[in-house]
Amino acid sequence: MDKIKVLVAKPGLDGHDRGAKVVARALRDAGMEVIYTGLRQTPEMVVEAALQEDVDFVALSILSGAHMTIFPRVLEKLREAGLDHVVLTGGGIIPPEDMDKLHQMGINKLFGPGTSLEEIVNYFKEEGAKKKVS
Amino acid sequence: MNYNDAAFLTERIPLGDKRALSRAITLVENEDPRALKIERDLYSLTGKAYRVGITGPPGAGKSTLVNVLAKEFKSRGNKVGIIAVDPTSPFTGGALLGDRIRMGAALADHEIFMRSMASRGGTGGLARTTTQVADVMDSFGFDVLIIETVGVGQLELDIAGAVDTTVVVLVPEAGGGVQAMKAGLIEIADIFAINKADRDGAEILKSELQDALSLMPAIKNGSWDLPVKLTVALEGRGVKELVDTVYKHKEHLEASGKFHKNRQSQAEIKIRDIVRAEIGKRLWMNPSLKSVLDSLSGFCVEGKIDPYSAARTFLQSAEAQR
Repeated sequence: MDKIKVLVAKPGLDGHDRGAKVVARALRDAGMEVIYTGLRQTPEMVVEAALQEDVDFVALSILSGAHMTIFPRVLEKLREAGLDHVVLTGGGIIPPEDMDKLHQMGINKLFGPGTSLEEIVNYFKEEGAKKKVS
Repeated sequence: MNYNDAAFLTERIPLGDKRALSRAITLVENEDPRALKIERDLYSLTGKAYRVGITGPPGAGKSTLVNVLAKEFKSRGNKVGIIAVDPTSPFTGGALLGDRIRMGAALADHEIFMRSMASRGGTGGLARTTTQVADVMDSFGFDVLIIETVGVGQLELDIAGAVDTTVVVLVPEAGGGVQAMKAGLIEIADIFAINKADRDGAEILKSELQDALSLMPAIKNGSWDLPVKLTVALEGRGVKELVDTVYKHKEHLEASGKFHKNRQSQAEIKIRDIVRAEIGKRLWMNPSLKSVLDSLSGFCVEGKIDPYSAARTFLQSAEAQR
C-alpha cells in the first residue's frame, strides 16, 4: 500500500495560507497523505521536513513574489540532501515568464491563479503513478 | 548508496543516517516485504530509548505539549525522536498530517527527528505499524521517543501497550470527577497533564481528579500515586515539572521491577500479534481450507450446521492438513 506523500509548505514571510490549505485538503480527499508544515518556513526547514517525512513531492505556496529566490534555493537544498527523487512543484502569483525560467532550472509544474483543483489533483496522481512504478 | 536496499538501510541507520531511517520507516509503514529484514536486523539495537506516550482528546494541546516536552528533554542532553499519528480518512484513505505546524522552533535546528504517521486503518489511536516504527527509530539511537496519538475518545488505548510512561492530556473543561471514574482513557494514565491551565476550572478539575483517583483501586500502577500536573504548553509553563514527573515515574518503574515486566508484556504482545497474523495467513490463504470454509458457511446459511460446530470441523481439517 504505497501512498503518495506530499509536503505542502509556506516558505518565507507570506502569511496567506488559504490556498495551501485548500490544495492540501483536495489532495487528502484524493487519497494522498499530506503533511502541512504551517507558515514561515525556511528552505532548510522545508528540506529537513521532506527528508524526515520521506515525501514524494514538495509543494510550495508562494504569494509574496519571492518565488525566484525561494524555489531555486529549495531545489538546491534538496539536491544537497540527496533528495533528487523528490518532485518540487507549487503555485502562487507567478508570471508565465518566471514559470519558464523556473522550469528550466529543474522545478516541475507550477500552478497559477484560477487553476482548478481537479487539474492539480490529476497532476499529482499522474506524476505520483510514474514515481511508484519506477 | 541505494536507499531502496534493506541491507544498505540497516547498515546506515546505526551510523546516524537520517535519510536511511526515514526510508526504512516508509517501508515499515507500507508493510513492504523489505521491512521484515530491517526490523529483524536492527532489533538487537532497540530497547535503549525511553518511550513516552502523549494521548488525550482532540484539541487538548497534545502537539503543542509535545513540542515543548521535546525541547525540554533535549535541553537535558537527550537525543529526541517524535512519532505523531493523525487520522486517515475512512472514506478516501487520505490524511492531513498537521502535527509539524505546532512544532515550529523545536525542529528548526534539525536535531529533533519527527515523523508524522497516518493511522491507516489503526483504530486504537495509533497506526498498526507505530510500534515497529518506534523500534526502528529506537535503533537509530534516540534517548527519548515521544509518541503522540490521534485525538482519542475513551477507548483508543493502544498507546499504553507501546510506551513506558503514558501522559493523558486533559483540558479544564474535560468534565468532573465522575468522568475520571469511568473506565478507559483515565485508567491508562501514569501522569495526568491538565493543559490550558490558565483557563477557569483547572484547579477544580485537578482536585476532583485527585479525589476520584483516591477512590480507584490501583489497577495499573500499584504503589505509584498518579500525579496531576498543570501545564500551559503554549507558554511552556509547567513543562519542566512534567518532565521531572516523567523521570520520577521512570525511577518508580525501575525500582519496582515494573519496567522490565512492562517491556516483557509488550514483547509478548508483539509475538502474539505476529503469531496471529501468521496463523491467519496459513488458515485463510490455504486454497483447500478455503473450499472447506466455503462449504461450511454454505451449510450454515441452509441451517444444516451451527457456526460453532462448523468452526470445530474447520479446525479439525486444518489439523489434519499439517
